[in-house]
Amino acid sequence: MTDDLMTMPDLGGLSCKEMVELVTEYLEDALPADMRNRFDRHLRACHPCLVYVEQMRQTITALGKLPEETIPTSALDTLREHFRRWRSTPDA
Amino acid sequence: MLSPQTPPGVTTESGLPPFAVPATTHQADDDAQLVAALKRRDEAAFVALVERYQRPLLRLALVYCRSLAIAEEIVQDAWLGVIQGIDRFEGRASFKTWLFQILVNRARTRAEREGRAISFSSLAEEAEAPGEPAVPRERFRPPDDKWPNNWAVPPQSWGESADAGLLAGETMDLVKRAIAQLPSAQQQVITLRDIEGWTSEDVCNVLTISETNQRVLLHRARSHVRSALESHFNDG
Repeated sequence: MTDDLMTMPDLGGLSCKEMVELVTEYLEDALPADMRNRFDRHLRACHPCLVYVEQMRQTITALGKLPEETIPTSALDTLREHFRRWRSTPDA
Repeated sequence: MLSPQTPPGVTTESGLPPFAVPATTHQADDDAQLVAALKRRDEAAFVALVERYQRPLLRLALVYCRSLAIAEEIVQDAWLGVIQGIDRFEGRASFKTWLFQILVNRARTRAEREGRAISFSSLAEEAEAPGEPAVPRERFRPPDDKWPNNWAVPPQSWGESADAGLLAGETMDLVKRAIAQLPSAQQQVITLRDIEGWTSEDVCNVLTISETNQRVLLHRARSHVRSALESHFNDG
């Protein structure tokens, strides 16, 4: 952004405060076409909002990589027993 | 359908995180075969289904109870529900949706029985209640400024090291702690959407919430985790 009014950028009629509340709808592709267009225009003109959207993407990537080994599973043997009991008594 | 802006791990098939349970047609077909075999009392099919879904089931159960021992009981209980109900399962919903609905019902019942029902207000209620802004108001210029409501304290790029840093153990712990601070409804949605990589449609079906409410909860949850990561990268 610049303080020079002669080169006032096209922010799509959206403030940065509005942008950060629209970002999930944007990433989910849930914005109406007109609003999406305004969002894109703002992004082209506003580097901080571009950084913000990038951070949301990085956040989502990090969430998708939470290691699965944090959850031990020890229940399989018990479940097999239940299964066999059920199989041998079909009307139970 | 999908825009180029769709981030990896959200809804694109190719971009799914490695540990996700993809909601692909292939998997649904595969489930249908296993379910048919399970109806014939095929133990290998039962074990295959357990191995496929045990981890996401446990992860979701943990949102309700926070104790691994109780979560394992709830999941086991859900599998017993599957065994008992499989002959009546007609495949109108996907097996995955049906299975997780059983889990959610058992988990909610258990939470109620343990007097934790108050903290489990309905997801719709939580979505419709006013929430915190994604970014604190003081980081924006005042409404009477020359640039009203635009950044006063803009976000700083996390830099090139961030992609590696995001995967570091301490960062992952921080993300987990940030999720644990969230209200239950937000935890449920972000766990299924972003950790497990489900589609919004599947999440709405399992948690029985509207698409809009799901998105509101996801937005608040993601914004909170981003904010936690920001503090970490900018201060640490």
